[in-house]
Amino acid sequence: MTMIQALRSAMDVMLERDNNVVIYGQDVGYFGGVFRCTDGLQAKYGKSRVFDAPISEGGIVGTAVGMAAYGLRPVVEIQFADYFYPASDQIVSEAARLRYRSAGEFTAAMTIRMPCGGGIYGGQTHSQSPEAMFTHVCGLRTVMPSNPYDAKGLLISCIENDDPVIFLEPKRLYNGPFDGHHDKPVVPWSQHPLGEVPEGYYTVPLDKASVFRPGEDLTVITYGTMVFVAEAAARETGVDAEIIDLRSIWPLDLDAIVNSVKKTGRCVVVHEATRTSGFGAELVALVQEHCFYHLEAPVERVTGWDTPYPHAQEWVYFPGPDRVGAAFKRAMEA
Amino acid sequence: MSQSKPLSLHVPEPTGRPGCKTDFSYLRLNTAGDVRRPPVDVAPPDTADLAWSLIRVLDDSGNAVGPWAVDIDSDLLRFGLRTMMKTRIFDARMVIAQRQKKMSFYMTSLGEEALGTAQALALDDGDMHFPTYRQQSLLMAHKVSMVDMICQLLSNERDPLKGRQLPVMYSVRKSGFFTISGNLATQFVQAVGWGMASAIKGDTKIAAAWIGDGATAESDFNTALTFAHVYRAPVILNVVNNQWAISTFQALAGGESVTFAARGVGSGIASLRVDGNDFLAVYAASRWAAERARSNLGPTLIEWVTYRAGPHSTSDDPSKYRPADDWTHFPLGDPIGRLRQHLTLRGLWSDQEHDATSKELEAEIVAAQKEAEQYGTLASGRGPDAASMFEDVYKDMPEHLRRQREQSGV
Repeated sequence: MTMIQALRSAMDVMLERDNNVVIYGQDVGYFGGVFRCTDGLQAKYGKSRVFDAPISEGGIVGTAVGMAAYGLRPVVEIQFADYFYPASDQIVSEAARLRYRSAGEFTAAMTIRMPCGGGIYGGQTHSQSPEAMFTHVCGLRTVMPSNPYDAKGLLISCIENDDPVIFLEPKRLYNGPFDGHHDKPVVPWSQHPLGEVPEGYYTVPLDKASVFRPGEDLTVITYGTMVFVAEAAARETGVDAEIIDLRSIWPLDLDAIVNSVKKTGRCVVVHEATRTSGFGAELVALVQEHCFYHLEAPVERVTGWDTPYPHAQEWVYFPGPDRVGAAFKRAMEA
Repeated sequence: MSQSKPLSLHVPEPTGRPGCKTDFSYLRLNTAGDVRRPPVDVAPPDTADLAWSLIRVLDDSGNAVGPWAVDIDSDLLRFGLRTMMKTRIFDARMVIAQRQKKMSFYMTSLGEEALGTAQALALDDGDMHFPTYRQQSLLMAHKVSMVDMICQLLSNERDPLKGRQLPVMYSVRKSGFFTISGNLATQFVQAVGWGMASAIKGDTKIAAAWIGDGATAESDFNTALTFAHVYRAPVILNVVNNQWAISTFQALAGGESVTFAARGVGSGIASLRVDGNDFLAVYAASRWAAERARSNLGPTLIEWVTYRAGPHSTSDDPSKYRPADDWTHFPLGDPIGRLRQHLTLRGLWSDQEHDATSKELEAEIVAAQKEAEQYGTLASGRGPDAASMFEDVYKDMPEHLRRQREQSGV
C-alpha cells in the first residue's frame, strides 16, 4: 500500500470496528479528500459517519470536541497543517485541557489528521511542519509516521487512544519514500518493504521509537521525511549512523534516545521545521540532560532555516542529504 | 471627481456613563402578549420579524398574556421562583466570602437568574448545557449540591475539580452541565458538535449552548451558527444580551441598530428575541426551541434581553464606566420581582412565604458554606493533594510527568 492507502485502510478498519468513530473535514466525504485518504469511505459507511465539513478549522475541531464529550471518537482532517491556526484555541484551550480541567468528567478522545512537511514546491502555506506548536501543549499527543506500515498502525493506535492526538502526515511520503534527491525519480511504496501493509487490524504502539537503521558511529534523532534523508546521508558519507525514527514526537520514547546516544556518544537532530524553538531544541536539551557524560561532540541540529518556507528556493531550504551529511562529518570530527 | 470629505472612525458609545442616565430607548421593546407564536416547524426566514421584536408574557401588572402564555404547572413556577431566589442569595453570600478572602474570585448572575432556571426546567434530564460562567442558576435548578459548588469555589480538599480551576468554572456532568472554560465562546461550537453527535447516534437528547453579548464577537459564535445550520443540529443557541461585556456596551459587540437574534436569521436559523427577565417567556421560548430541536427540525437561536445588574466579577467596579443606579431604570425590571408579582396575583405566593423562603434559603446556604469550609478555604491553605496536579493531563500519566512529580517533591 501507499501511505495514502494505508491511512485509508486504518480509517476503514476503525469505522468498521467502532460505531463511535466518525470522520469529517473539508472535501473528506463525497470526494474522498484532496489527497484521496478517505476515498470510498462515505460510500461504504454513509453520510452520518463520513461527511464533508464547511471550511472552518475552528468549527471542525470545536464540534469534534463536543462530539468527543458526548462519547464519539471523531477523526477529523485539517487539509494542510499550515491551516490549523484558526483551530488553535480549540486545540490548545479545549481539546488538550478537557480532561484536566473537568477532573476526568469530560474527555476528548479525538484524532486530528494534518498533512504536513515540504519538498513538494508547496510554498509558504502547503509545506509547514508545525509540530513544535503542539509538543509545547500539555495534554496533546503528537505523532508522525514515516512509512505506510507505521502510518496505518499508528493511526489505529491514535484513534483508539483516549487522549487528543495530532496526527501529522508527511505528504511528501504519501506516494513513496523520499530521501531529498529531488532530481531522481520517485520510487513507489510498492517497491519498498515498508509498503507491505496487512489488510486488517493491527497497531503500532505510541510512545515507542523505532531504530530505522542501526549504527555505531552516531545517533540521528528524526521523524517523517527526514528519516529517509538521514539514511541517504549515512549511505553517502559512509558514517555508520543509528537512525531513530521517533514516530511519537511527544510524549516520546526517551529510553530509545538515551540508550542510543550513550552507545554512540554523538548525536545529530534532524527536522524540516524551522530551527529556533523547534522541537529539535527539546531533543538537544534532553540529550544534554541525560547523556552529558557520554557525549564526545556537541549535539548538531540540521533543520529548516528560520524563514517562511519559500517556493523557488525549495532545495536550499529543505535539509537535504548534503546538509545532513555535512553535520554527520562535523559530529564525527569533533 | 467629487470632493471627498475626510473620513471619520465610528466608535459606539453607551448613552449612560457615570453621573448621567442611560437612555434605554435603543432596546427594541414590545408590550406583553404582542408577539406571535409560530408553529415549531416554522421556516427560519419566516422568523425574521421575531428576531426584531421582543417576546413577553408578563405585563406590568403581573398578568400572563398573549400566545406565549403557555400553561405551566404551579409547583414548577413556585420552584422556579425559589430557585432564582436561591441563586441570588448564594451569589450574595459568595461575594462576602470572596471579600473575606476565603476564595480568590467570584462572579454573580444578579438580574439574570430567570435564564438558567427556566431553561433548565424546560429541558429534559440527559440534555447537555454548555454554559458560560454566568449560568449558575442551571446548577441551582438541577439541585446540584451547594457544598460541592462551594468546595470548588474554595479550591479545598473536597473540590470536585481538585483545585485546578478558577472559582465558578464548575463541571457537573451528571447534571448536564459541561465543564466551563475561561476561553470565551469555545463552548458555543462544542455544543453544536454534541448535538451533532446525538443526531449521529440517533439519540433523542439535545444540547443548549450559552454565550454572552460580548462573546458573540468571537469567531466561534459565527462558526457555531454555520455548523448548526449546515447539519441542522439539535441545539438551542442562547445569546444572553445583558448589555455589557465587562466595561464595553453591547453596541461595541455589534449590537448597534441590530439585534443578536437577527444574526441567527441571517445564518438560516429560526430565531427568537425574548424578555430575559420574564420567567414565563423564558420557559415558553425554551420549550418551543427544545421541541423544535427534539423533533429534528433544527436549531433555534434565542437572544435573551436582560441586564447585568451586578459587577462583571469581584475584580470589577462598574461605577467607573456606567451609571450606578442603571439597573433600577432598566425597562424589563427584576426577574424575581416580576415572577413574585405574578404568583402573588394568582394566589400562589405571599409576602410571608417570600420572607420565610428567603430565611430558609439563607440558612441552607450558610449551612452549606459552613460544611464546605470544614474541608478548607483558600486562606486556610488546606487544598487538594498537590500530587494530583499531575493527574488527568493524559488518561495515563506519561513518563515525563512521573519524573516531574518526583522532582516537585510532592
